[in-house]
Amino acid sequence: MKLSLSWLREYVELPAPVDAAELERKLVDLGIEVESVVDQAATIKGDLVVGRVLEIEELTGFKKPIRFCRVDVGNPAAQEIVCGARNFAVGDLVVVILPGGELPGGFTIGARKTYGRNSNGMICSAAELGLSGDHSGIIVLPPESATPGTDARPVVGLDDVIVDVEITPDRGYQMSVRGIARELSYAYAAAYTDPGSAPAPAGTDQVPYEIRIEDTVGCDRFAARVVRGIDPSAPSPEWMQRRLIAAGIRSISLAVDITNYLMLELGQPMHVFDLNLLRGGLVVRRARPGEKLTTLDGVARVLDAEDMVICDDSGPISLAAVMGGETSEVQPDTVDVLLEAAHWDPVMVGRTARRHKLFSEAAKRWERGVDPRLPLVALQRAVELLTTHAGGTVDERILDLDHVVPPAPVLLPGDLASRRIGVAYPVEQVTELLGQVGCTVRGVEPLEVTPPSWRPDLLAPIDLVEEVARLGGYDAIPSVLPPARGGRGLTPEQVRRRAIGVALAENGYVEVLSYPFMTPAAADTLGLPADDPRRSAVRLANPLSEQEPLLRTTLLPPLLATLKRNLGRGERDLAIYETGTVFQPHLAATAPPALGVDHGPSDEDWTAANAIVPEQPWHLAAALTGDVTPAGWWGEGRPATWADAIEAARVALAAAGMTPDRVTVRAADHAPWHPGRCAAISVDGTLVGHAGELHPSVLSALDLPKRTCAMELDLDAIPARPVTMAAAISTFPPALIDVALVVDAAVPAADVETALVAGAGDLLESVRLFDVYASSQLGEGLKSLAYKLTFRAPDRTLTVEEAVAARDAAVASAAARTGAVLRGA
Amino acid sequence: MSYRNDPYDPKQAALLAPEVLEAAVAEAEKAFAAAADLDALGVLKPAHLGDRSPVSLARREIGSLPPAAKSDAGKRVNVARQSIQGAYDARLAELELERAARVLVEERVDVTLPWDRRPRGARHPLTTLMEHMADLFIGMGYDVVEGPELELEWANFDALNIGPDHPARGLMDTFYVDLPGLVMRTHTSPGQVRTMLTRQPPIYVVSPGRAYRTDDLDATHSPVFHQIEGLVVDEGITMAHLKGTLDHFARAMFGPDARTRWRPHYFPFTEPSAEFDVWFAQHRDGPRWVEWGGCGMVNPRVLTACGIDPERYSGFAFGMGVERTLMFRNGVSDMHDMVEGDVRFTRNFGMAV
Repeated sequence: MKLSLSWLREYVELPAPVDAAELERKLVDLGIEVESVVDQAATIKGDLVVGRVLEIEELTGFKKPIRFCRVDVGNPAAQEIVCGARNFAVGDLVVVILPGGELPGGFTIGARKTYGRNSNGMICSAAELGLSGDHSGIIVLPPESATPGTDARPVVGLDDVIVDVEITPDRGYQMSVRGIARELSYAYAAAYTDPGSAPAPAGTDQVPYEIRIEDTVGCDRFAARVVRGIDPSAPSPEWMQRRLIAAGIRSISLAVDITNYLMLELGQPMHVFDLNLLRGGLVVRRARPGEKLTTLDGVARVLDAEDMVICDDSGPISLAAVMGGETSEVQPDTVDVLLEAAHWDPVMVGRTARRHKLFSEAAKRWERGVDPRLPLVALQRAVELLTTHAGGTVDERILDLDHVVPPAPVLLPGDLASRRIGVAYPVEQVTELLGQVGCTVRGVEPLEVTPPSWRPDLLAPIDLVEEVARLGGYDAIPSVLPPARGGRGLTPEQVRRRAIGVALAENGYVEVLSYPFMTPAAADTLGLPADDPRRSAVRLANPLSEQEPLLRTTLLPPLLATLKRNLGRGERDLAIYETGTVFQPHLAATAPPALGVDHGPSDEDWTAANAIVPEQPWHLAAALTGDVTPAGWWGEGRPATWADAIEAARVALAAAGMTPDRVTVRAADHAPWHPGRCAAISVDGTLVGHAGELHPSVLSALDLPKRTCAMELDLDAIPARPVTMAAAISTFPPALIDVALVVDAAVPAADVETALVAGAGDLLESVRLFDVYASSQLGEGLKSLAYKLTFRAPDRTLTVEEAVAARDAAVASAAARTGAVLRGA
Repeated sequence: MSYRNDPYDPKQAALLAPEVLEAAVAEAEKAFAAAADLDALGVLKPAHLGDRSPVSLARREIGSLPPAAKSDAGKRVNVARQSIQGAYDARLAELELERAARVLVEERVDVTLPWDRRPRGARHPLTTLMEHMADLFIGMGYDVVEGPELELEWANFDALNIGPDHPARGLMDTFYVDLPGLVMRTHTSPGQVRTMLTRQPPIYVVSPGRAYRTDDLDATHSPVFHQIEGLVVDEGITMAHLKGTLDHFARAMFGPDARTRWRPHYFPFTEPSAEFDVWFAQHRDGPRWVEWGGCGMVNPRVLTACGIDPERYSGFAFGMGVERTLMFRNGVSDMHDMVEGDVRFTRNFGMAV
């Protein structure tokens, strides 16, 4: 909202001059965000001077008549200027910008040749100076109003300061000169005159026009006055136009400009009807569903049963409080007008504005709250302004349908502000500060505080506390650290996520944070089976991109997209990971129970409400392509393989405290992985995820490099980390025995190892597979697995016989369980 | 020539003569000194210290001496042998030292060769910054709480005094979903609602996490962003405690010069409310106030909706954007860098921010 300082000065006695930085700081300290403070004089650079036209030479032969003028701009020699306007005569005072100057919009003025003459400057119109929209001719100043050569800025009103402020949604009263001037009166301790308290005649028994309110909830006050016989050609006074333009509001006609002007000054939105275009008495009511109205912006709107409308015999003529209709609009020849100032329900206006996406200046004020005691004051000011500038006769009858309920008093404990803010505010100060904002304070303890009519936001004691703190100044609040409370530290899940992130990063993976959105085509691209639960996704009602309306059910689609983006930027060797939630909708979508705000929800309601919230488990995923070890002077690089992806899962599980004996890796056929190169990873027999090389057709569909690998784990499925118990460390020497076992090529190495461990007994300390090979000598369909077995006893040095016996038992177990044959045996 | 049959004639034991022994010592010393390397020294050793060496042969002749002369001759032989052994040992040590030095020279490598065989990974700076911020609050006795990102509309709005018709609800630019009663949380505050519903005061928690608003991605906005919010509900909590907490946090984050500056503001869930700036001395464009977040005293309506008695308890809440913090603290100039997942951006930060 933009307002001029001169306007504010009419109601608050600010010091002259006002320092722009100080003004901004004071507004900010009052909770009014300042977008800018603009000195209008600085919007035009260079010399803008008053000139007197000495000679006019009419130039002909051009498409339009052109004047070559000699203008006295205070120099000994007259200034020669070419001008396209014709609304001036010799002897007139005009406004001239001299070469080197610059008009708003960066339009620089130079001496130049035009229409065959040298033009040294420009004679300006009001539009060119940014004063109004008037392009019809140049500015002609009143005779003898200024001396040629003097600065023209103060003469045309370019000496004001425009303040652009942002008003928070709770403070409707600030959306006016009245409200901002009141706030500044506290900040500058300056005298304030409330334009809202100006005297105004009351409603009369006889009404100027027949009007009825059908719904006093939607409209609790409706006032109207009539003026007849105005001069429809009377323009808005320049000062009014200037202020409207400075506020960013277009000048339309005197009657409309007056309503806008008073909205800015008082905060009371108004409407003006052409009295002769109304058909019969007016009714203020809710719209009937499907009723139509074409608003002033030319849009034909279908109305809702909640909208309030003003109707005449023809139906709705105005979308109440938001925007007027076309049919009763003031016309260029309108001579009789009906001025309306009403008070509407803020909730209704807010809904209507949102429904019709019509956030008019009026709607913004209604939604934030308008003083219901303004209508008669506003109407009085309106008829005064109208008759002063356009003549006409005021109908003495005044309509005022008033159903406004006065504000209820709020009981405020005298020490509440001190207790909540931590500043000792004496009761006298509380009373004084609340009095400043317009409250009436009675009683002793508790204080009985009646808010003013313009503060519908003051409903509860804490609202009053806020005003005390705000006007008392936030700088007055001391800085006190509350005493420490016993914290519990991170939860085990939080510790685990951190540990896993650290472990993967230390193993060369780079973390990414992708948007959790995915395309509906992702399920097909990944080759998910028809019944795969990952196909069931939550859909955004208003996605940013129609391409990606779904919430991810797996981390892979966004992660692989990030992988691809990096490839596109020239990275070839990539290992990335992400931890984040996936979204798993429940199959039955039911609305949650209605939870109120007057007390906490019952346990049953809270449980029922949470039952509809989709499961959002934390997942971990990794993807890798290119080399995991780069080529270098040491030799070849090592490309990433399925084994690295599985190792990433093992690293994560180890970081989560899962010992290797709890982790099982099994061959699996699971999309989107390669069916022969995919591992299902389990902990204690419970599946927690998959890892391996991605399916060639998935890689082809995603245009990713061949052999790209990936891993995804459900972190929430991993058991809690147990307290780690110390292992007994034997100080006796180990016995090392190698065995090579020949098994069928289809036998998983993990099975052989499990069998060895099971058979070896307690003396086995570790088993390590150090070679795998197949050859024709060995035999078709067979493979050799070579293991190093380490045996050790806790209490003695093992004898060769003991170690060999344990080795034999291990091999016998492998033979029994997997058909393994000891090589060379 | 043999004198064994005449052991009683000391004159016949010529090998034991002092001048003969001295000559053997001198010869050995000369030979050892001339040995160029350990191999040459090894070849020389038997001739001077072996069984057939002069001192060994001389020792054999001691037996032929009369008893009175034995002791004296034995001492002479020993002295000579020790001298030779000493000369040998000294030369051996000398040559071993030489060889060790030569090996070290021969084994020299170019230590400037790069050894980047094991690429380094990195954690995302938003993750590590959030952890850092959370840790500072853990140090103040806070717990870290979380909640779902796809959240109950009631917890995201209604419970926080943002009713269905509240103007702020329109301003929030909410992502809605095809399920009734749910939204993508527009802030991490619903995590606080959940905390109040499941814990009794005293409550001291922070909730870091992701939030969603329908802003288009540009240099300073992202539809998916991170916040960290704090909530305290206890008896006797005042706005001065809020100020003390934020000032302390600012100093912990940015050093002893940091402090906060408040501007009255409006949030539905707090009253009184403020936006706060932080004095950031390390800004790359010079020390300055930087807009940091919002804060205020928990609105009693919020406490009521969450089942906490607002007469007995009061509290404060605050929140700041993690992206925004990373931008001014670490000089990130474009939001795109934080969301696109370019590994070069993240690698630069390593394991901590």
